Amino acid sequence: MIVGLVEHDGGVTSELSLQMLTLGRRLADRLGVSLTALVVGAEARRAVDGLAAYGVSAVHVAVDDRLDEYAPGAWAACVVDLMGRERPGAVLAPGSDRGNEVMAHVGARTGLPVAANCTEVEPGDPYTVTRVRWGGSLLEEARLRGDVKLLTAAPHAVQAEEGPAAGGFSVEEFSPALQEKDFRVKVARREERAAGKVSLSEARVVVGGGRGVGSPEGFRPLEELAELLGGAVGCSRVVTSLGWRPHADQVGQTGVRIAPDLYVACGISGAIQHMVGAKGAKKILVINTDPQAPILAHADYAIIGDVQEVVPALVSAIREAKGR
Amino acid sequence: MDVLVCVKRVPITGGRITLTPDEQDIDTRYLGFTVSPHEECAVEEAVRLVEAHGGSTTALTLGPEAAEEQLRDGLALGADRAVLLETDGAEWDAGATAAAIAQVVRDQSDAGVAYDLLLFGNESADAGGYQVGVRVAHALDLHCVTGVKQLEIRDGAAVARREGPGGFEIYELALPAVITVKEGINLPRYPSIPGRLRAKKAPVERLRSERPAPGLEKVRLRLPQGRDKQAEMLGDGAAGAERAVEVFRQIGVMPP
Repeated sequence: MIVGLVEHDGGVTSELSLQMLTLGRRLADRLGVSLTALVVGAEARRAVDGLAAYGVSAVHVAVDDRLDEYAPGAWAACVVDLMGRERPGAVLAPGSDRGNEVMAHVGARTGLPVAANCTEVEPGDPYTVTRVRWGGSLLEEARLRGDVKLLTAAPHAVQAEEGPAAGGFSVEEFSPALQEKDFRVKVARREERAAGKVSLSEARVVVGGGRGVGSPEGFRPLEELAELLGGAVGCSRVVTSLGWRPHADQVGQTGVRIAPDLYVACGISGAIQHMVGAKGAKKILVINTDPQAPILAHADYAIIGDVQEVVPALVSAIREAKGR
Repeated sequence: MDVLVCVKRVPITGGRITLTPDEQDIDTRYLGFTVSPHEECAVEEAVRLVEAHGGSTTALTLGPEAAEEQLRDGLALGADRAVLLETDGAEWDAGATAAAIAQVVRDQSDAGVAYDLLLFGNESADAGGYQVGVRVAHALDLHCVTGVKQLEIRDGAAVARREGPGGFEIYELALPAVITVKEGINLPRYPSIPGRLRAKKAPVERLRSERPAPGLEKVRLRLPQGRDKQAEMLGDGAAGAERAVEVFRQIGVMPP
């Protein structure tokens, strides 16, 4: 049996969890075993019905009054409890912040290795997995050992795909063995994200600036361009390190991952750490003085020239076109 | 308060990665080295906490002899002590790394050095295992919060804020604790000249540890499918603007 730890937000299964289940189903098919899901907390019951479409044959719902708020240790204890009951061959979780955190705890509790952010899984003993390094700029083939194989699925490596329904579908509640100390670390309170501005991760157009923008003030034309196109402004790591823009604007491996229809990259050289954050962009327009800049290898369109000359020209050209 | 901050030596990769012929490593012949970005912020956070609350910062790394360079970078930023857990250069998996670090903490505790806070980066830039901090916490029976982007110490407890679904999650936990941080928690300072000079001369404590059999073992590295594109040139300088507007219409980010 393969178990997938499913994350949900207010009863809606996360996209990354559906991708993980798709990877898990392919693995289960290869092994000729069933795919089951684990959800944590009573509220999670609302998320279970849609899972049958992904080939899940049974959903285990961990129920305990104290599971009302996220607690990484307690979630891990639920996984470990289920591992003891069902003896799965592998446990998968989405490669989200939470998924990676919970599986790290599961690995630590059981002494088993964990392979984070896998894109491919080849069963056997040991398993051979392909996983991402450098945020996706490099792939690693690795052997994963352990009585139970623990791994997380790299975000967006596998498309979520519905599959043939399993023979049956059941939902079973269980009370995991949880101790007080599993709840030592638990969300104490939450703050909602401020609404309003177009968020970088969801913007349809992102205008990003790098060192070539020249100064904090140099971002003004980029802001104008973003506003005209209904987009958001991002930047490279150099720019946040220089203190020109807040870290929340940083696109890249240690910042925000963007997925716009258009990314206008201005004065950015194209370090791999930046480019993995922009991987989701459908089209990339590069504005750069250097026709040899590494970022050109990622560009669909390019204008060779200085940002402070090209971007204002773009702004007036768009204004003029809109005025017609 | 006494803080231990753990860092990892990683190459400064530029616009593209080249692998060694045996596909075991990145070809670093022409590259410099640094610590992972999250860890750079962990060092800064440790130094700031000690500036505010008193105490000391110890920087630790598990790595080859050359990783001493990264410890000296930490000392230049304001760390007081440095510990090199020296390896033969082979890669250690997360389980082995955490076990070795936990053993150092235990040994130091037996020798009368106890830490109030153990700081890590959320994940290393290169291997990205997302688990060393958590495993160390378990080995030492300490609380652990990962991915922290704001940290406050009040009355012997930590208030940690991190991004969660739809907003921010706030955790409160008693010290001692393990916290893994993400870039953005602070803006690391540049080392001062006196800091650099002090770091050059400061002693580095050296320990050795043998690599246990890996649970997750690297077989080989490979580069993702080539993404090299031939960009369509829209023009030079301001002259490219007009053609760009046509493109924006074509791809639907401007009304036709």
